[in-house]
Amino acid sequence: MTDTPVLADRTAQAWAVLATVLDPEVPALSLVDLGIVRDVLPREGGVDVVLTPTYSGCPATEVIQQSVVDALEAAGFGTVAVTLQRAPAWTTDWISDAGREKLRAYGIAPPGPVAAGTGVPIRLMGRMAAQAVACPRCGSKTTERLSAFGSTACKALYRCITCREPFEHFKAI
Amino acid sequence: MTASIQLQQDTATQYLLRLGDTCLILGQRLGEWCGHGPVLEEDIALTNMALDLIGQARALLSHAGAGQGLDEDQLAFLRDERDYRNPTLVELPRGDFAFTVQRNLMAATLLKLLWQRLQTSTDAELAAIAGKAVKEARYHQQHAADWVVRLGDGTAESARRSQAALAQLWRYVPELFEADAVDDAAAASGLGPRWADVQADWQAEVGAVLAEAGLQPPVGSAFRSTGKRGVHTEHMGHLLATMQHLQRAYPGGVW
Repeated sequence: MTDTPVLADRTAQAWAVLATVLDPEVPALSLVDLGIVRDVLPREGGVDVVLTPTYSGCPATEVIQQSVVDALEAAGFGTVAVTLQRAPAWTTDWISDAGREKLRAYGIAPPGPVAAGTGVPIRLMGRMAAQAVACPRCGSKTTERLSAFGSTACKALYRCITCREPFEHFKAI
Repeated sequence: MTASIQLQQDTATQYLLRLGDTCLILGQRLGEWCGHGPVLEEDIALTNMALDLIGQARALLSHAGAGQGLDEDQLAFLRDERDYRNPTLVELPRGDFAFTVQRNLMAATLLKLLWQRLQTSTDAELAAIAGKAVKEARYHQQHAADWVVRLGDGTAESARRSQAALAQLWRYVPELFEADAVDDAAAASGLGPRWADVQADWQAEVGAVLAEAGLQPPVGSAFRSTGKRGVHTEHMGHLLATMQHLQRAYPGGVW
């Protein structure tokens, strides 16, 4: 960058760059779609980015931090500092509508609203899901849960009874 | 060999270590299931939960050591056995799958109830850790409850193993809710609840699952385990030998 753009422009530009940085575990989504970018603060000679981790033990956290630094530095933002902020805790409600559609297209059933799940009493859930999760391929709501944990902590394994295809569900949290 | 670190054990530090070590040691035990789960899905589920617990432990140990200039790795790998403050329940060998899911139910229910209350801790960092962990603990509790019922109310063999696991585990439960000066100080300062404060809720939630599973807890005994005070079973030394080996053999090793 030859000219230093005004602050608002640099903020918008940085958000645009972050919208191209993909989650390493769910590469259908950008970090912005996922809702983990909490703040972008340009400053003299660089930019500060505030991220919130998805899960306490998410092994992708360090990779994501480095991807943010690499992408913004490559785009000419100078020195990039990433800080992690735990509170308020990330929730799947922060996944954008565009992100939900990308998840569905990628074959992962997007999460429902969190409020619906928090009051569920602790008991045997049963394999037929208590809250119907629609199959991302055929749209059928006749599905069953195979396992509460999938290839990553944030997903569960399901199977569609109608089209017989297995699929992953991004759990509401 | 790297010498063990010395840690000031004031009551607030002990309170944080009890939480952090419960997550760390149970995470280590669940990690032992990697490659040994009864089915692939459960292998993945148990190790996913181990990952959550280790993540929670990292945050808690970082916080516990920050005031003394010690980091999460030093606290996890360079303490002597007596300086670990987890209740004995979580250090017991992983047992069979029935034992593991029942212990998970007991631990996840305890942690979930504590995290719910810790969200209003006067310690902002602890409150933030709790705000995230409570969501994870709910899933852990639900997973464990699901399996305790399936096994308890399953075949004759799964019911027999479930009843045997309950008989083994139940004697380590009273320690969880024993009040002492560490808890009193935390309650007085607003750091967090006495663990005894969640006992009634714990009994109601665990009791409901056991009832649905058709499992009967044994009658109580006078035995009291003492892990929270740093006096552990013989299993703890073996667990630490495995867990600490790399840092003891290759001091400061990183990748």
